[in-house]
Amino acid sequence: MIAALAFYLFAAILIGSAVMVVTARNPVHSVLFLILGFFNAAALFLLAGAEFLAMILVIVYVGAVAVLFLFVVMMLDINFAQMREGFQRYAPVGATVGAMLLLELGIVLGGWKFAPDAANFRFAPRIAELENTAHLGQLLYTDYILLFQLSGLVLLVAMIGAIVLTLRDRGPSRRQIIARQIARKASETMVMVDAPIGTGVGAADYLHPIPEAAEKPDTHEHAHAGHGGH
Amino acid sequence: MNTPMPGMGDTKMVIGLGHYLTVSAILLVLGIFGIFLNRKNVIVILMSIELILLAVNLNLVAFSAALADLAGQVMAMFVLTVAAAEAAIGLAIVVIYSRNRGSIEVEDVTMMKG
Repeated sequence: MIAALAFYLFAAILIGSAVMVVTARNPVHSVLFLILGFFNAAALFLLAGAEFLAMILVIVYVGAVAVLFLFVVMMLDINFAQMREGFQRYAPVGATVGAMLLLELGIVLGGWKFAPDAANFRFAPRIAELENTAHLGQLLYTDYILLFQLSGLVLLVAMIGAIVLTLRDRGPSRRQIIARQIARKASETMVMVDAPIGTGVGAADYLHPIPEAAEKPDTHEHAHAGHGGH
Repeated sequence: MNTPMPGMGDTKMVIGLGHYLTVSAILLVLGIFGIFLNRKNVIVILMSIELILLAVNLNLVAFSAALADLAGQVMAMFVLTVAAAEAAIGLAIVVIYSRNRGSIEVEDVTMMKG
């Protein structure tokens, strides 16, 4: 009974927050409602017995994806009030398509039942003495190892793709040019000065910077003069 | 559904597969409604896609619980992975697009028309 009440509570909050994600005026509120929805979906996963997946949902979605959304929404300097203009125009079309889809799903759901021998066609029947996480791990690292590695590859490609897409050259930045740094000679950058006793280096005709480099100070050369010379 | 299936906890439990499927269907419809409604804001469209993928995950987990078959949860994990990758790439595209054009309206995306 408690489980049923909990289910209805979480499901109601999930659907309510999904409605708010879609209709909220401010995209920041949308993201925050998305986070609330993910938490409630994780609770539903817990009720269904998928403990590991519930925790993964909280960590991956709330901890990474939703925060990424939040960053991007707050980073972009966009007039979000202007975004609301076509709202009334598109609402009827969306409502029609949504109602049709819901009707169809309802028809499918109403007339559908398991095949009598559905239990014989299971891929990985649950083992009663194994916990959810342990069993999932055993499956993932044996039967589904190829898919597991492929999903790792997908994440790698996504990471590289995101970096490549957003990386930009920021104009006159003082970047390290290693070849030039290595090619420096000590004779070009250093002078030995005989300091007279009692007067110090300042008395000698010693210039800062060295005359050769002072002709035209290159930014790259200049920035790394201290590192390259020694 | 009327055949006695193992799983979903007790056999006397009120909440069954149908409840989960209903919630997930509503979530899917809301996600699609969101795509139609927010034609101007790509970020909310991406969030709607996340909602749709969440509905898929809910379906997979519900069937996995109803059939006592863990393959569904494995598939839900892969869906989760792909959704995370999709969000990362999609948001990167949104960021460079808004940097180039100063807007993220879907209707403005006509650069590729040729």
